[in-house]
Formats: sequence, structure tokens, C-alpha cells
Amino acid sequence: MQTVIIAIVVLAALGAIFGLVLAFAAKAFAVEKDPREEAIAEVLPGANCGGCGFPGCGGYAAAVAAGKAPVNACAAGGAAVAAKIGEIMGVAAGDSVKKLAQVHCTGCGQNYKKYEYVGLHDCVAASLLPGGGELGCAYGCLGLGSCEKACPFDAIHVVEGVAQVDEDKCKSCGKCVDVCPKHIIALVPYKTRRHVAIRCSSHDKGPDVRKNCDNGCIGCTLCAKSCPKEAISMIDNLAVIDYDKCIGCGICAQKCPRKLITVDGKVPEPKPAAPKPAAPKAEAKTEQAPKAETAPAAASEEN
Amino acid sequence: MDLTKLFSVALGAILVNNFIVAQFLGICPFMGVSKKVETATGMGMAVIFVMGLASAICWPINEFILEKFHLGFMQTVTFILVIAALVQFIEMFLQKSMPSLYEALGVYLPLITTNCAVLGVVLQNTQNSYDFITSVVYGVTGGIGFLVVIVLFASIRERMEFSEWPKAFEGFPIALVAAGLIALSFMGFSGLKVFG
Repeated sequence: MQTVIIAIVVLAALGAIFGLVLAFAAKAFAVEKDPREEAIAEVLPGANCGGCGFPGCGGYAAAVAAGKAPVNACAAGGAAVAAKIGEIMGVAAGDSVKKLAQVHCTGCGQNYKKYEYVGLHDCVAASLLPGGGELGCAYGCLGLGSCEKACPFDAIHVVEGVAQVDEDKCKSCGKCVDVCPKHIIALVPYKTRRHVAIRCSSHDKGPDVRKNCDNGCIGCTLCAKSCPKEAISMIDNLAVIDYDKCIGCGICAQKCPRKLITVDGKVPEPKPAAPKPAAPKAEAKTEQAPKAETAPAAASEEN
Repeated sequence: MDLTKLFSVALGAILVNNFIVAQFLGICPFMGVSKKVETATGMGMAVIFVMGLASAICWPINEFILEKFHLGFMQTVTFILVIAALVQFIEMFLQKSMPSLYEALGVYLPLITTNCAVLGVVLQNTQNSYDFITSVVYGVTGGIGFLVVIVLFASIRERMEFSEWPKAFEGFPIALVAAGLIALSFMGFSGLKVFG
């Protein structure tokens, strides 16, 4: 009987000491946290399963609050939890996959205009003109900012003639998608940690793209061939990513000879000493030859 | 202090009696936090940290409190209490005073609170009647063994993203198969003896 009492007393004493130390520490070492982080942590299942790729629910909550993680990465909680986190973060969780408006154009690089457009500062008006606007490329961003005016969140801006989405501000409402006469803005699912995007909408053939653009997709298929998950397919001379298959590895962005594919909004540095790009270079030269002939012709037409 | 014995304890904890692949302790974080090498490394570091500290704190508690009152049978309960309180305290302390270290370890610390590998290391310390230094060495090297295996496993899982596997094996089953293979390969160390 004595042993039992001793055990109880000793453990109670230990527990009390630790409790007091922790209570003291909680006061002494208090750090202000993002209140949203705590709100998110309360919504999460709290199983610390690690299914989101972050270390436990606390880590995920911190990442969401810091804007580094999508609101719907919690596999255990599913759509219900995603919706609640979305409410806390002020993001529309929608169908449990976060989406983002993405502009499929990087601009033509230099002046390839067919004529000078002087008129209403509006993309829809400009696109009604012959050739679909002043640009050499019939698919490209006109840069007159109809999307900028339509956006209620100040999340899309025309920078150097091309619309660019501010990913932090974008709430994926789709207003810019509806208003763009060129249909180059799309809502894409944003589920992989690294987001890969092909920033071109041109269905023209390679040589035609080269005539009118420094950056556009020439349909070389290198990205489609290099993708380990076969997530990229060629549709009418344009590489298109299937986001259901994409795992965000970014290999395609390394391979793209036009530096057109971005990973998390940036073009990655090419890996050195890869013997393979020799082949596309040769191909590029043969394709560039006709361009050299036609480019002066086009220039003279302009004059 | 017998350095040879310390070395054999250390090598044993890292390779021969590895906590994950030989003793099957700490499997939960091993499976959960091994999707990326980066997070796996952070977790491994946190485990080293906590295992070392837990060994250091639990040894005097066992020696001067439990042994003195003949409460050896209360070890498990006491150690759980001590580790949980310790981890909470460290987390608060780090968050306030060393934010950079907290950034690196902090988020992993709560995960280790009830990790059986940490409890395992302190229980084994008392079962093997290690002295204070040996206990701490066993704790730290046990953590290093954890780090080695979890980083290996995370690297393999990153590579597996690109592999083909039968549909039925997708996700955890294929990870468990890989974990089993790592455990098998670590069996190769089981005959290892240091200096006789």
C-alpha cells in the first residue's frame, strides 16, 4: 500500500513541477502567431498524418497561413476541410482544388506588329479589327488591359504589353477568363507544390510562330517527350499540360528550347552539359533559315 | 571512460540496432515525413536533438527519483510524462529564443512528443544500465541512425515518383515494400562486432 502512495505522490509531484514549468514557459516565451494559423489548425483533423507533404497539421497550417500551401492539400479532411480553410484564408476552395488564372502568353519579345493600332484602349475593340488586332501573332495578348479592368481583386496587370497574374491576390473568380477576347487566360488547377505552366496559345506551325514571336511554342515536342508522366500532349502544334497527370517536376521546363515553360512563375536555369540539346539546335537552324528570308520581306511590307 | 565501449554503443545504435529498421520503433514519422528529403532531414535532426536531451533528462530522474523510491515499474509512465513536457518546453523555448533553429526543427518537435523511438531510447538506457555519458551517446547516435535511414528512404521515395508499379501497390504499399527492402539490407550489419 505504501508503494502505491509513494508512486502517486512522486508522479503527482513530477507532474505538478512540469505543469508549473510549462505554464511559466508559456507566459515567458509567448510568441505572437498569425491568428489564421491557429484557426486553420483547429479546422484540420489533427491526425498529423503527413499526407499533405508538410510535417503534421501544425506545419501545414503554418504553410497555408504564410500562403505557401494550397488550402485543399489536406487529403484526410477532404473537401469539407478545404472549404473551411478557404473561408479562413478568404480563398474560394471551389471543387476542393485550388485554381488560378493563368495567362498563356509571354509576349512576342520585340515589335512584330502588322500595323499600329490607334483606337479605344480595349482588347475587345482591338480584336475586332482585321487579323484580330495589331499583333503579328493572331493568338497573343493584346496588352490593352481588359482583364486588368475586369479583375475585382487587382490581381492581373499588363506588364510590358502582356497580362500577368499576381498569384497571391488571384481568387480564381474567372472574370478575366470571360473578358479576354483572345481566350488566352484559363483557370488551371494548382495542386502540385511546384506549378508548371506553358505560356503560349499559338496554334500556328513552328516557322510561322518564329516569324511573329521570339518566345512562342514552335511545336518541337521536346517537352512532351521528356515528361516522365506523359502529362504533356501536342494539340494543333501547341504543347498542353494535363494537370491531372503533372507532378511538377519541371523537366519539361529544362528541355524547352524557347524557355517558354515556367516553374512557379520562373524559367528555371538550364542544366549544363546535357548532350541532347544539340539535336534541337540543328533543327532550329534549319527552321530559322526560312525566317531569315521572310523576315525582311515582312519588314518591307510593313514599310 | 571507456571510449571503445562508447564507440561500439554508437555504431550499434546507428547501424546494427538501428531504431527504425532493426527495432521497428518510430515507424510513424518514418512513413509519414519521408516524402521529401528536405523534410526528412529536418525530422531526423529534430529526433537527434530530442533523443539526446531526453536521455540526458531521464537519466537523473530515473537514477535519483525512481530508483531511490523503488519505483522502477513506473518508468514507462514517468518517461512519457517527462518527454512530453520536455518537448513542449523545448518548443516554446526555441520559438522565443532561437527562431532560426525553431524554423528548422520546431514544426517537427510536436510530432516527436509521443514517438516510440524516443521512449524506446530512454527505456533501453535504463534496461542496459548505461551511465550518464553512455546514455546521452546512445540517444544522440540512435537519432543519427534514424536520420540516416529516413533520408535514405525519402530519397528512394522521391525516385519512386517516376517509377511504374502495379496499380494495387500505389501509395503506401509500395513505400512499405521499399521500407522492407531497406530493413533487409540493414540486416547485413547484424553480425557486426566492434573490437570483439
